[in-house]
Amino acid sequence: MIELWNALPVVIQILLKITAILLPLLALVAYYTYAERKVIGYMQIRVGPNRVGWRGLLQPIADAVKLMMKEIVIPTKADKTLFLMAPMIAIAPAMAAWAVFPFDEGLVLSDINAGLLYVLALSSLGVYGIIIAGWASNSRYALLGSMRSAAQIVSYEIAMGFALVGVLVAAGSLNLGDIVDAQRGSALTWFWLPLLPLFGVYLISGVAETNRAPFDVAEGESEIVAGFHVEYSGMGFAVFFLAEYANMILISALTALLFMGGWLSPLPHAWVEGTWLLDDGFHWLLLKTFFFMFLFLWLRATFPRYRYDQIMRLGWKVFIPITIVWILVVALAVVYRLPPWWSA
Amino acid sequence: MLDNYLPILIFILVGALVGVGPLAIGYLLGPRRPDAEKDSPYECGFEAFETARLKFDVRFYLVAILFIVFDLEIAFLFPWAVALDELGIFAFWAMVVFLGILVVGFIYEWKKGALEWE
Repeated sequence: MIELWNALPVVIQILLKITAILLPLLALVAYYTYAERKVIGYMQIRVGPNRVGWRGLLQPIADAVKLMMKEIVIPTKADKTLFLMAPMIAIAPAMAAWAVFPFDEGLVLSDINAGLLYVLALSSLGVYGIIIAGWASNSRYALLGSMRSAAQIVSYEIAMGFALVGVLVAAGSLNLGDIVDAQRGSALTWFWLPLLPLFGVYLISGVAETNRAPFDVAEGESEIVAGFHVEYSGMGFAVFFLAEYANMILISALTALLFMGGWLSPLPHAWVEGTWLLDDGFHWLLLKTFFFMFLFLWLRATFPRYRYDQIMRLGWKVFIPITIVWILVVALAVVYRLPPWWSA
Repeated sequence: MLDNYLPILIFILVGALVGVGPLAIGYLLGPRRPDAEKDSPYECGFEAFETARLKFDVRFYLVAILFIVFDLEIAFLFPWAVALDELGIFAFWAMVVFLGILVVGFIYEWKKGALEWE
């Protein structure tokens, strides 16, 4: 078996590995949309989709097939090339960011040292898809939505970047695997506790970055109808939709990795030797990621939408001061090796 | 070292395919019946009042400029953050000076009202 694997050309090996990451990811994205409708349904004391397939489990498939059969309308005055390229530009970074994501100790497609920088760079690229989509549609609301969305994403990216600087100070490495290793110990040594304000800022910025409720003014269905993707129909819309959900999963997984100890078990290492369920492993990362994915849905079901000026105020006037102060606090703690986190 | 970046390059290409593939499927399976009404821009049922190339609000421009400044700041913070453990307290104070100057700029723009959206 291993000989057969080694006999394959390197490019084929890489492609197979990429498929092994992307297929489960796409399935997860599809079922995340189902989970969203189901979870919000239960939160509003109703059942959500339950007709297509057993308990509605075939609903995402039915949605996908329906969207495939729809016409892709291209508005008359739209810039056709950019209009069709925009969905691709939106989804490619959301997928490619997983190239450096470690799923377990050493289980990573490409173990680069600049991992976090790469993820940050790719998550910034998504905004191009949105701006291009809004501009190329040549529609009033689409342009308005894309401008709002871009300004919002860009603002929260600053807060997010600062929060990540705190993680870097604490971990001393840009490599995602090393960042998880730096959190080794128990649930109390994970970075969420010493970096608590940054953890909060990162999580809320993540929600704003993905244009999710309560920060979804860019979509604003009651005022600018659907924001940057008003003019998109059929698969053009579906790709934007997939990109948004893929980004939510990415942010959830990154939060689990950077602040919640990734694949580390919450119990101290000395206690749990031997039982696979309690040992470190991919299942812990998955559980933590699912928790944050659930949080995204929970937030949407709970909070009313922010006003745009409130969003900008939160991003610039609240989050940036908090993060700057806390970076300095963490830096002092690291330099003076304050126990219990940075002794030794 | 550079080997590690080949999978990333391939991943980006495959990611682009994830975007192109569905569009191609939709193009093949979906109908194509363009007509003038359907292809006009959607403005809640009305005819478009004027072109979408509207006047540009200067506040978006301001946010973009502030973003560039602060993103540059983050670019300077990253290497400092990674190396802080080895560099010690001197590096800490050096960054306090740098951040201090930027915070002065930040306070200035705050007081000037660059961060207000009425």
